[in-house]
Amino acid sequence: MTALESDRIPRTVRVDGDWPGARLEEIWGTAPTLKGWLSCVDHKEIGKHYILTAFAFLILGGLEALAMRLQLAGPERRLLSPEAYNQLFTMHGLSMIFLYAGPVLTGFSNYLWPLLLGSRDMAFPRLNAFSYWVYLAAGLFIYAGFVAGHGPDDGWFNYVPYASRAYDAGINIDIYALGLILLGISTTVGAANFVVTFLQTRAPGMAISRVPILTWGTLTASVANLLAVPSVSLAFFLLWMDRQFGTRFFATAGGQPLLWQHLFWMFGHPWVYVVVLPAMGMVSDALPTFCRRPLVGYTAVALSTVATMALGFGVWVHHMFATGMPSLALSFFSGASLIITLPSAVAVFAWIATIWTGRPVITTAFLFFASMIVLFVIGGVSGFMTAAVPVDWQLTDTYFVVAHIHYVLIGINVFPVVGAIYYWFPKMTGRLLDERLGLWNFWTMFVGFNVGFLPMHLLGLLGMPRRVYTYGHGLGWSGLNLLVTAGSFLFAAGVLLLLVNVVLSLRRGKAAGRDPWGAPTLEWAVPSPPPSYNFAVIPIIASRHPLWEERLGLGGARSKLDEGYLLDRGRETLGTTALDARPNLILEMPEDSLAPLLLALGLVGVFVGALAHAWWVTAVGGVIGLIALIDWLWPRYIHADLEKVGG
Amino acid sequence: MAGPADISAGRAWPMNYLWTHGPRADPATALTWAMIVLSTAVVVIVTLLVVAGVAVRGNRRLTVAEAPVKDEGDGLAWISIGLVLTVIALAGTLVWTLEALAAIDSPARPPALTLEIIGHEWWWEVRYLGAGPGQSFSTANEIHIPVGVPVRVWLKGADVIHSFWIPALTGKTETIPGRTNLTWLQADRPGVYRGQCTEYCGAQHAHMAAFVIAEPAAAFAAWLRSQEATPAVDPEFAAGQAVFQASCAKCHAVRGTSAHGDKGPDLTHLMSRRTLAAGVVPNDVDGLSGWIANPQALKPGALMPATYLSGPQLARLRAYLESLK
Repeated sequence: MTALESDRIPRTVRVDGDWPGARLEEIWGTAPTLKGWLSCVDHKEIGKHYILTAFAFLILGGLEALAMRLQLAGPERRLLSPEAYNQLFTMHGLSMIFLYAGPVLTGFSNYLWPLLLGSRDMAFPRLNAFSYWVYLAAGLFIYAGFVAGHGPDDGWFNYVPYASRAYDAGINIDIYALGLILLGISTTVGAANFVVTFLQTRAPGMAISRVPILTWGTLTASVANLLAVPSVSLAFFLLWMDRQFGTRFFATAGGQPLLWQHLFWMFGHPWVYVVVLPAMGMVSDALPTFCRRPLVGYTAVALSTVATMALGFGVWVHHMFATGMPSLALSFFSGASLIITLPSAVAVFAWIATIWTGRPVITTAFLFFASMIVLFVIGGVSGFMTAAVPVDWQLTDTYFVVAHIHYVLIGINVFPVVGAIYYWFPKMTGRLLDERLGLWNFWTMFVGFNVGFLPMHLLGLLGMPRRVYTYGHGLGWSGLNLLVTAGSFLFAAGVLLLLVNVVLSLRRGKAAGRDPWGAPTLEWAVPSPPPSYNFAVIPIIASRHPLWEERLGLGGARSKLDEGYLLDRGRETLGTTALDARPNLILEMPEDSLAPLLLALGLVGVFVGALAHAWWVTAVGGVIGLIALIDWLWPRYIHADLEKVGG
Repeated sequence: MAGPADISAGRAWPMNYLWTHGPRADPATALTWAMIVLSTAVVVIVTLLVVAGVAVRGNRRLTVAEAPVKDEGDGLAWISIGLVLTVIALAGTLVWTLEALAAIDSPARPPALTLEIIGHEWWWEVRYLGAGPGQSFSTANEIHIPVGVPVRVWLKGADVIHSFWIPALTGKTETIPGRTNLTWLQADRPGVYRGQCTEYCGAQHAHMAAFVIAEPAAAFAAWLRSQEATPAVDPEFAAGQAVFQASCAKCHAVRGTSAHGDKGPDLTHLMSRRTLAAGVVPNDVDGLSGWIANPQALKPGALMPATYLSGPQLARLRAYLESLK
């Protein structure tokens, strides 16, 4: 993104047939070749790649979970060795939390943001591509170790001293440490991109009081990432130094093992909100479409999103209540952890009110969103229980917390994401998902999930610790564990039905048209799938529901969707002011480029070399990265394009 | 062997904490029940609201795109009322939480006994710190306490982080290497209370049970005296003792002999314990033989290696160990 020529006033034109679309397609289109695919910086392509990759990791993590559930189906089973089980639960956790839950939402936001905001791309398209390639590389980096038999086996939380070389000597923890630092680079640049995109590229008139809640969710999550990711990247870097170069950041003498827990959870708890706030935003935006009314309490919900995150930085110690801290300190974090319930309650009551004051039309997507409210509350109240210190001293590290984290991650992430697939799949592909199969999909997942995870609460209350590869007879846990295993397989069958539906509907689904749901937001104003340039002219926004202004009979100015600024001198989009979205810049957007991929490959070289202590590989990777950066930043096209395009 | 290996005699769920048996746990248990009731009520109410909302307000005649859009009623009352109710519930919970925390923070009376418990991969070392030099001793995985009086417990970590937990008596406190944590417990009635490590600590995290054996004062005093005693070596078992000295003494200690190893449990009064290997097998003839012969079969990854003893050696060793009453 380069700000260019801000004194030029672009012409305002009306869209006329395929003008100026055809011309914009020439400018924005990507050649359907391998090189085109590798160099594409279109946010929609990157978004879809993110979603598909995240689902691949979801499936891997799910298979790992099923293997564990077979082992735990009865007492003293010997299907898995302790070491195999420990690697599986570690890979399961890190796959779901780091490689699925965050990236899948990044994928949706990537795909949707410019369409929701009335822009032609994210603020930094190349950074966007780079962010995806690094994410993919980090996932493969970590999985390569697992496939080779060197998976990390200290849980996704990776506590020291067990993660130190004295107790876990292999290369596995080093792979995890470096892999997460690599992933942190992806998350950080992606977050910076979202923040700038939000502040600078909204269509004229789309004041911050008019943006969809999803963008509030992702913006909040992105700011949180910028503040939280350094903590975990630093922790893993220090750990790697301890393991490889004998530094003593987490040495036992002096009780420094606790330093790891602080650094990890200062990141880890905000991350929980990172992987749910955008998903809650999806529900806040899409549920009203089916309820045929605007969201109740838009302002309250937007503010509660931000408030959740602000409070979310002050509760990390509730992961550490059992570490022996003084009661006074625990009391503060206990109070903060209870108070953080409030903004969530705002969202829940806003959704319920939207249902009660609307006229909901029941579709598969609606069922996923509406059931999410219930699952959210179950995950919420179990979190509320762990906020009370004396209660948490019993609950923590039992299956009660396993139940809690799954109601949070599946209830507030997976269910909205699957709902979002039913909702936005038509936009992405031009075809609707099958509704009959959709109902089977929903009910199988919903019943399977609750049969699989509700009994875990009871298992926890009956004292079953988490992260055990087996348990004895006579402890009263056998029957419930069998039930949990049965439910988890039913849930997996539900996920399989989703995949079947996607594959079938891609070929045979009903044509969607622009706006199959009669929805209020901008993405439904463009064809399905959207053209490479998104909007033929940059729309001008006058309300929170640009496509519902007629239906709601809103007074005052109307949004203009097919009349607006013509920006066709090369890849251009409009820059606007941060709060009121008044136009103030023309943003020159970059061409497709292999530089992001090359830079990502260079980084992989740096990290592989560091892992193997093959410093020449690190050096080669660094040089490749440097070349990529020079190519990336070389200012060659701005003026050339102006001349080519002419006046 | 005294009593069943896994006690909690007759309890269907020996690890549950919905029914607890001491003042360190009970105030939290009452709060737990209250929060379960409140939480269940919230879930039921919200579920009913969602289901009823869909049933009452649902539009079954039109497709989404056909259905009209209206902005009727601002619905903000839902949020206001919901927030007020939530604030009341949270405020009540916070007060109760702080009260419960204060109630269990320290015992009402000075502790009658002080123990040191050290988490190892994958067993618990229990040290009784007597007044004199001959009165301190160390045992493993079984924690004898007098019933009805508070017991102070210092918690230390030997290697990685573990977490000490006896659900019926006290919530969790981590044992962190380099630090000393403090907890206490009190059993209001005699019995055996099972606990288990709850901080993931490696291969055999699953097999790291601890048992609190709460006994009336007299029985506890008798147990204490027997543990303090240093048993004389019976010459009858000298051959077995020689095997022990050669194969086991690097890691295990038996007081009164030249076995001083401190990596594994002190075996001076091995036969007074109910289980072996932190609850993996009962301490009977089969359990002991199987454990000595091949610990890795019972507890894969455990730090005790297979001893590769011949049949006669094994028999002599077992006879010696069985003499350690």
